[in-house]
Amino acid sequence: MTATVTTPGPRRAPRLLSKKAVLGKKAVLPWLFLAPGLLLALVFKFLPMGKGVWLSFFDVRPFLGDKWVGLDNYTRVLTDHRFQDAIGHTLVLGIGMSLGGIVAGFVLALLLEGQARSLKIIRTAVFLPVVTATAVVGEMWRLMYYPTSDGLINSGLGLLGMGPVPYLDNPETALWATMAMGIWMLAPYNMVIILAGLAGVDRSLYEAAAMDGVSLWQRLRHITLPAIRPALGIVLTLAAIRGLRVFTEVYVLTGGGPAGSTDVWMTRAYTLGFSRNDIGGASAASVLLLCVTLLFTVTVNYFRKRGDVR
Amino acid sequence: MSAPAIEPVRTPVTASPERKSAGKRRTTPARFDTALGWSDRPGPAWALRVLLCALALGVFAAPFLTVFSGSFSEKASGSTLSFLPHHPTLLNFEVAGERGIWDYFGNSLVIAGGGLLLQLVVCTLAAYALARHRFRGQALILTLFMLTMMLPEEVIAIPLSLVLGHVPVVGLDLKGTVWGVILPLGAWGFSVMVLTEFMKDIPAEIEEAARIDGVGELRMLWQVVLPLCKPALGVAGVLGFIMIWDQYLLPLIAAKDPTDYTVTVALSILRTDPEVGSGVVLAGAVIALVPSLIVYLLLQRSLVTGIAAGATKG
Repeated sequence: MTATVTTPGPRRAPRLLSKKAVLGKKAVLPWLFLAPGLLLALVFKFLPMGKGVWLSFFDVRPFLGDKWVGLDNYTRVLTDHRFQDAIGHTLVLGIGMSLGGIVAGFVLALLLEGQARSLKIIRTAVFLPVVTATAVVGEMWRLMYYPTSDGLINSGLGLLGMGPVPYLDNPETALWATMAMGIWMLAPYNMVIILAGLAGVDRSLYEAAAMDGVSLWQRLRHITLPAIRPALGIVLTLAAIRGLRVFTEVYVLTGGGPAGSTDVWMTRAYTLGFSRNDIGGASAASVLLLCVTLLFTVTVNYFRKRGDVR
Repeated sequence: MSAPAIEPVRTPVTASPERKSAGKRRTTPARFDTALGWSDRPGPAWALRVLLCALALGVFAAPFLTVFSGSFSEKASGSTLSFLPHHPTLLNFEVAGERGIWDYFGNSLVIAGGGLLLQLVVCTLAAYALARHRFRGQALILTLFMLTMMLPEEVIAIPLSLVLGHVPVVGLDLKGTVWGVILPLGAWGFSVMVLTEFMKDIPAEIEEAARIDGVGELRMLWQVVLPLCKPALGVAGVLGFIMIWDQYLLPLIAAKDPTDYTVTVALSILRTDPEVGSGVVLAGAVIALVPSLIVYLLLQRSLVTGIAAGATKG
């Protein structure tokens, strides 16, 4: 109810638009203001998108002219086993990062909720991973994962009496190591959104529950969780869409290796396009990803809108 | 301690929807201020909270300390990271400087400054038209700007690199120039949306009064609307800066050769340089880290507001 008030309904009263105004100065004016933004979006967003769709149907050959190949690029990409592996990695990484990030963000939010100045300082410090550029985070984690016993994490393991683990050099562990970094970057971001949700919970409910002698777990389960469900939904959607197109994290940390064990959809498309010069195939892969992302966004928005109406 | 306890957690959404319940909280005892009912008084629960907070700080903030201390440590080739530098020195920064880190940093500053300026100007103009004017196709235009958010650089990277090499109609080659990075960042749906929402809330009376005084469109935007939009401009500015500084793929594909890289992309060059140790990479990381750190610490509130706004509207 309250959320709908802030967004004014569709402004469909063209009363001010008399016939004269349509042709006059008044009608041209907004377009003058919109022109720079539309031009930039057209040239650097929509034109590349269209070009990508177009090229995905061609065998792109510099200086020889492009050759129409129909859906060949698509079938080639979808049947390529390295791309099939990449789908699996993208899903594992995306789901793991999203869920891990939400659980960690929720725990952080519950821990750091409150007004005390010390809590604000801790929140500020905990939020640092979000502000840091992904490439910098990648370099940090490469050094933390340093595979000998004097690496930061491995020296911690050493204290526990365990041997050094070559996190990024071992195909068995590299994907999980990448996921851990992703969770580390996502959790504080989710924390902020969940904290905003927690602030909206009606405190008198907690009080009433306490009078009824409800346990802490029941209070969380029946008051807090339902109250922040909208915030959780948003967080999950954002994380899932972000997980689908994960690129920089993987590219900086592992470059897709070792032995393709962390190759995700976008790193694979990047390698195909820029290293192998298979622009048609890379475009087809990108278009597929774009379709899935758009489909996902539209579906989620549909369900969210329906939820609002109800 | 009593007065601030009334306030909800300070993460206000731009047009805060839930202000109505604030009055009820006045009578609530402090115990129910948090979902877990943390207590302020020392006790077992309090001790547990302190311990867990320390753990959270250790996991999320301590790595930054080790990066800073590592960058000042003398043993540049070592991989050992600790909280205090052993034998503090500036040597790592000097070596990083010899490898041209300051040139990369300069590239980054030009791109971040120019990109942010362009983005704010372009998005403000568009938002002004969308919020304060009525015209045919308004909903469609708004949808187009929202679409720019859903079209990530990753997905259009390959065709975008072709477009950057040969911009249609004008036929310019933007590769190897800062424009190749700056121009694609100009239209950003998030800024358009935040600014539009904010400008819609400016009362029509103010605008009408100015119109009677014969104020033209540009002066109206510059002298009447913009001063009222400062909070929204802050949000768009901070998030825009963080977004631009975080760019990786765009500077990579817009570069003609490695000297065009931004500092974040150039870290990978430092890393693959066999004559350079971890200390120098960390020095580079610190140089790439400091600007976003400064922006964050100065304008935290705008950033958090923006994230909440982006989450509820996006």
